[in-house]
Amino acid sequence: MDEHAHPSVMTFVAVWITLLFFTGLTVFAATLELGPFNAIVALGIATIKALLVVLFFMELHYSTALTKVIAIAAIFFFMLLAGLTLSDYLTRGWSTYPSTH
Amino acid sequence: MPDSETVSNNLKHHFANLEQQTATSKFGMWLFLATEVMFFGGMFVSYLVYRLSYYNAWVAGSQTMEITLGATNTAVLICSSLTMVMAVHFAKLGKRKLTAIFLIATLVLGMTFLGIKGVEYYKHWVHHEVPGPNFHFEHEGNFDPRHVSIFFTLYFAMTGMHALHMVIGVGLLSWLLILNALERFSAEYNSPVEIVGLYWHFVDVIWIYLFPLLYLISHRHTG
Repeated sequence: MDEHAHPSVMTFVAVWITLLFFTGLTVFAATLELGPFNAIVALGIATIKALLVVLFFMELHYSTALTKVIAIAAIFFFMLLAGLTLSDYLTRGWSTYPSTH
Repeated sequence: MPDSETVSNNLKHHFANLEQQTATSKFGMWLFLATEVMFFGGMFVSYLVYRLSYYNAWVAGSQTMEITLGATNTAVLICSSLTMVMAVHFAKLGKRKLTAIFLIATLVLGMTFLGIKGVEYYKHWVHHEVPGPNFHFEHEGNFDPRHVSIFFTLYFAMTGMHALHMVIGVGLLSWLLILNALERFSAEYNSPVEIVGLYWHFVDVIWIYLFPLLYLISHRHTG
């Protein structure tokens, strides 16, 4: 891995503009009536923004394999936490959760 | 001090060379950030469970948020991430003056974020939206106001812990500015700037998720 490889100032500015654009887009998307897709769109945009920050500002894209493993492990363990918790709550009574009130 | 001295003064004896030391510092910060994902993760999952249970109360709570202030703060943090990345960029080139300028810009933007957050907290306090004996929420709709109190508990826990991380970040930036002014960094040795940058961007990432989850559940057209 070339230690000196890191993104240029132009890359940073391009990422910054994209992040601001997606912030505007997520506020706009919230004004649309999309039902359950509102949450999916909002989280999708947030994830794109988070990936841009992590890959380019935190330079994960240019980091060692070991660092990438740690980043993926963090996501994996969060998914484990969320997944196992929801597998409990969402299966309590099967059809009565989430409640409608 | 000459640049070569920044290397000899900062290279710890248990590392073969500075590259190895820098890689280890960065790895350590990433490891810490992974534990931070789990720290905030607990609150995110609590949020998720309660949101699925009390969705209407969550909508009611979210609609009290001022989207303009939240969106402004999101933009402020994104700008601070750009200035942070520029500070790291110039630190790596050994340009101390430009490093200082961008560190100060990041510091100012960070404090702007905290100021706007403070205004929001003040408004929540005035509107009796802080959970506790003072909490009062107009009941208009198919939800229990006590569940809105749970929303606000998580809101204050999550944004409060985020704000605490920002305060720590402001402290770290001040520390970097002092070291930079003392010419402790050079093109060879600048890993403190780099790892504080990692921390700062991580705190930005947390906010990137907090903003839609807390402010944008269901948009109210306020005109």
